[in-house]
Amino acid sequence: MERHFDQELKELNEDILKMGALAEEAIYKSVEALKNRDQGMAKSVIDNDALVDQLELAIDEKCIDFIARYQPMAKDLRFITTGMKINAELERIADIAVDIAQRTLELVDKPLLKPLVDIPKLTAVAQKMVKAAIDSFVRADIALARQVLSSEPEANELRNLIHQELVDDYMVKDSSSTPRAVQLLLIARFLERICDHTTNIAEDVIYMVQAEVVKHHPEKLKKEN
Amino acid sequence: MAKIATRKLNLWYGDFHALKDVNASFEPKKITAIIGPSGCGKSTLLRVFNRMNDLIEGVRTDGEVLIDGANILDPCADLVALRKKVGMVFQRPNPFPLSIYENIIFGERIHGAGITRDELDGIVEKSLKDVLLWDELKDRLQAPALSLSLEQKQRLCIARLIAVRPDVLLMDEPCSTLDPQATARIEELMRELKNNYTIIIVTHNMQQAARISDDAGFMLLGELIEFGKTDQLFTAPQDRRTEDYITGRYG
Repeated sequence: MERHFDQELKELNEDILKMGALAEEAIYKSVEALKNRDQGMAKSVIDNDALVDQLELAIDEKCIDFIARYQPMAKDLRFITTGMKINAELERIADIAVDIAQRTLELVDKPLLKPLVDIPKLTAVAQKMVKAAIDSFVRADIALARQVLSSEPEANELRNLIHQELVDDYMVKDSSSTPRAVQLLLIARFLERICDHTTNIAEDVIYMVQAEVVKHHPEKLKKEN
Repeated sequence: MAKIATRKLNLWYGDFHALKDVNASFEPKKITAIIGPSGCGKSTLLRVFNRMNDLIEGVRTDGEVLIDGANILDPCADLVALRKKVGMVFQRPNPFPLSIYENIIFGERIHGAGITRDELDGIVEKSLKDVLLWDELKDRLQAPALSLSLEQKQRLCIARLIAVRPDVLLMDEPCSTLDPQATARIEELMRELKNNYTIIIVTHNMQQAARISDDAGFMLLGELIEFGKTDQLFTAPQDRRTEDYITGRYG
């Protein structure tokens, strides 16, 4: 017989999955808006953020209510506390998508500075990391969480490349390009921040599954790789 | 050094094997909680520590229980001295049908000899102060102990124990008959008492075990399945059976 307790845990899992889907959609749409210079799509990302905020509050409330009523222990306690933290990370990711959409709105009515090559690459890395981080939580999959952590250098490298190109090839050579280059620099920075949030999620998942704190302990990750 | 240590402790009630190869160390001036489902052997283990099981017919033990390094299962062990050193608080408070004062000095009357009235008065005052009952009861020490509230009776029983200056307090479900407020106050008292005593508590209330203990053990079918730091046991138990029990999935 399934207990009410387990049913509520399952519902919470589904809510977090839903939060993840909203965050993924926000990233996708914000970058699509940038690529296609689509003002409407950028605005829809900004408008939809209220939904994400609403769901974040609902999940938090459920978690607090669950702790108050059931006083969960062991893996249930780790699931709830991790769920709360992941909820906050996903909300931040969606907020960053809003930041990207706002930068996009600044750019759409200006001539294209350069064809976008590395930003879509960084977006693909970020999207892959977000998806893997959410999946690792839902499936309690440590291997997938570790995969997220190992993708971080790739994201950092791409961001550095974008940074270097925009500064050296555009801002230094032609100061009139600076306002547009700064917007793109910010977008690259935002995408890299999204990747950072996914690594937080992955570290939380490792704690949830095997009760080991790897956050701020890089040596633990190296040891097991 | 551990205050109490068991080495391959086994106990049988007739043919029933109630404790199986229990190895554990109980640290001095700490609270250790023993949890587990009914019939798992936790109260039996507690009663081994002052040899209360000796009162049950057909009980046989094997292995060692060292208190301060001495094996109390030794047939030559001094049981009166042991029970003075290792006192016990039960589920239902059991004051004697005597006055509050007489309850507290009852042990002194057995263990002590040639003690003066002033010394007895001092013991009563100190014991009642230690359990935070002095202010409430100092003006009615001759009142019958049975007239007290349940919580006061449980505190009085603890005062009666500490009046004989034990080292170890064994507590078998000491709060199970108390309401949440009284339970919280007894738990506060336990935290105070652990500055001076080694406390071992058996409880069905997992939240209580998590709240008050430093170390905790989980027992199942006579075996000590897991024993360690309380925060570890309740957040990251190592054994699947412990995890199932504390998350309510056992059985």
